[in-house]
Amino acid sequence: MSDGATQTLPLRAPPFRLRNYAICLKGILIREGLRFLNQRERFISSLVRPLLWLFIFAAGFRQVLGVSIIPPYKTYVLYEVYITPGLCGMILLFSGMQSSLSMVYDREMGNMRTLLVSPFPRWFLLVSKLLAGVAVSIAQVYVFLGIAWFWGVKPPVIGYLLVLPALFLSGLMLCALGMLLSSLIKQLENFAGIMNFVIFPMYFASPALYPLWRIQESSPLLHKICLANPFTYVVELIRFACYGQIDWVSLAVVLGCTVLFLGGAIIAYDPARGLMIRKQDTGGNG
Amino acid sequence: MGRIHSLLAAAMATGFMATPASAYMVYVSNERDNTVTVVDSTTMEVVKTLNVGQRPRGITISHDGKFIYLCASDDDTIEIIDTSTMEIVGTLPSGPDPELFVLSPDGKTLYVANEDDNLVTVIEIESKRVLAEIPVGVEPEGMGISPDGSVMVNTSETTNMAHFIDTASNEITDNVLVDSRPRFAEFTPDGKQVWISAEIGGTVSVIDNETREVTKKVTFEIPGLRAESIQPVGVRITADGKKAYVALGPANRVAVVNTETYEVEKYVLVGQRVWQLAFTPDQKTIISTNGISNDITFIDVATDEPVQSVTVGALPWGVVVSPN
Repeated sequence: MSDGATQTLPLRAPPFRLRNYAICLKGILIREGLRFLNQRERFISSLVRPLLWLFIFAAGFRQVLGVSIIPPYKTYVLYEVYITPGLCGMILLFSGMQSSLSMVYDREMGNMRTLLVSPFPRWFLLVSKLLAGVAVSIAQVYVFLGIAWFWGVKPPVIGYLLVLPALFLSGLMLCALGMLLSSLIKQLENFAGIMNFVIFPMYFASPALYPLWRIQESSPLLHKICLANPFTYVVELIRFACYGQIDWVSLAVVLGCTVLFLGGAIIAYDPARGLMIRKQDTGGNG
Repeated sequence: MGRIHSLLAAAMATGFMATPASAYMVYVSNERDNTVTVVDSTTMEVVKTLNVGQRPRGITISHDGKFIYLCASDDDTIEIIDTSTMEIVGTLPSGPDPELFVLSPDGKTLYVANEDDNLVTVIEIESKRVLAEIPVGVEPEGMGISPDGSVMVNTSETTNMAHFIDTASNEITDNVLVDSRPRFAEFTPDGKQVWISAEIGGTVSVIDNETREVTKKVTFEIPGLRAESIQPVGVRITADGKKAYVALGPANRVAVVNTETYEVEKYVLVGQRVWQLAFTPDQKTIISTNGISNDITFIDVATDEPVQSVTVGALPWGVVVSPN
């Protein structure tokens, strides 16, 4: 079956029923889940990073950064309470990028190619892969929140429930961004570049570690950059959801970015139009 | 299901109010902008702001909730505010620079610390007469009275003493040395102990009311904070006598002390320079005034978690809650 045939299939009368799609999605989810579970180090390391920030960084900066009441908080909070939503965002961010790494790996090792030549529509396969990545990162966030609870970070119980859709949407956005980026990376080694040029700038130019009014005080330009950073809205969406509130601006931005990045990723992975052709032309060892 | 329906019906019948039945009024004296802020304890919103005399600090309320008594320190008077109209309806002759006072359990007498005059003034409220002026140590401030009204304790900031005064004779019976700059005196509900906070000393001395000796000193330690920034001021003890709350000034925290073990169970983060505390009559909430951050913080007594902070006037100092 040629790639062209794969493309045209969904345009005709779809031969697949919903059940077939479900089986495909389940397969991808299980594969991603197993992969994650089998790599214990990955699970632990993904938790160690935010926990280090929570236990050590927050302890060190508790007094330096001071306290102030900003929504959604109704009273003064300790620094570790403030950075917890940002650290949830950090887990999603790293996890999203990790998924993108796995895409590059998959492409290099041929797994992704096997997946992409399956008769299911390309968008469905990509979204399934994305959902699998999101599910894994949400599990990580909940384990982190569980540990944080024992550290005294105790949002209202309802917050744990309401944060789920926020985590889902945010995870989707970041995984889609990762996927879009993965289509641009030629080979695995370039992931370090993503780390320095995408993850860290996104993380530091956000309210994850400090409220934006503090940044505005020191640099109005930096404040504008922070406002242009989609991760800013991820952090705020999670923060408000943790306290049972919806930050509508953040919701709109995260939703918009998800559509944008997902659309971009689907186009980028479209063999007829996308960047894959260009990549193959320019080489890479995939 | 039937039970749920009946519960729903009951909720509808009561006007669909999800709010607790008890809404108290919280009165906060704002030292810098010469106002009293009235906050609804249920909605936690400012209801009214009232202009009062200069430098309002100590604030208390009559047992029936009808009148607020307010130390207008720089006006050298105590103002009487009618809570139904929220208007100043009179004054009491307090003597110079009244800072803090305590109302006798029978609600008839007010004992006032006159900071600049080294006196405790005893005022009969009904007749607005000064019954006695009791010389005490330098810079008197803290005022506590035993539940039976027989013993009054005043602390003098510079003399570093707690003066035990017999309310029948209005004379000092005992002087107990405590740590530096004692700010506040609070009797336990059983009247057996007095807790005295020492701002500079950073401790709370527990004095036995029978032996008049310090039996225990509560100390505070907050990781990451310098010892100098822990300055105990306001003290309140729950009606069941099990927990004491101590405002720790620039440490921005209220300490929750177990009154059996004298150990701090928790430090509750509130606003900056926490000064005085007051319980709601149902004892479900304790409210702190946070001077530098110009707000008050509502703390849930059951969980000892801060619930909400509400901005009030400039430099909130004292707080009292309506009894009904």
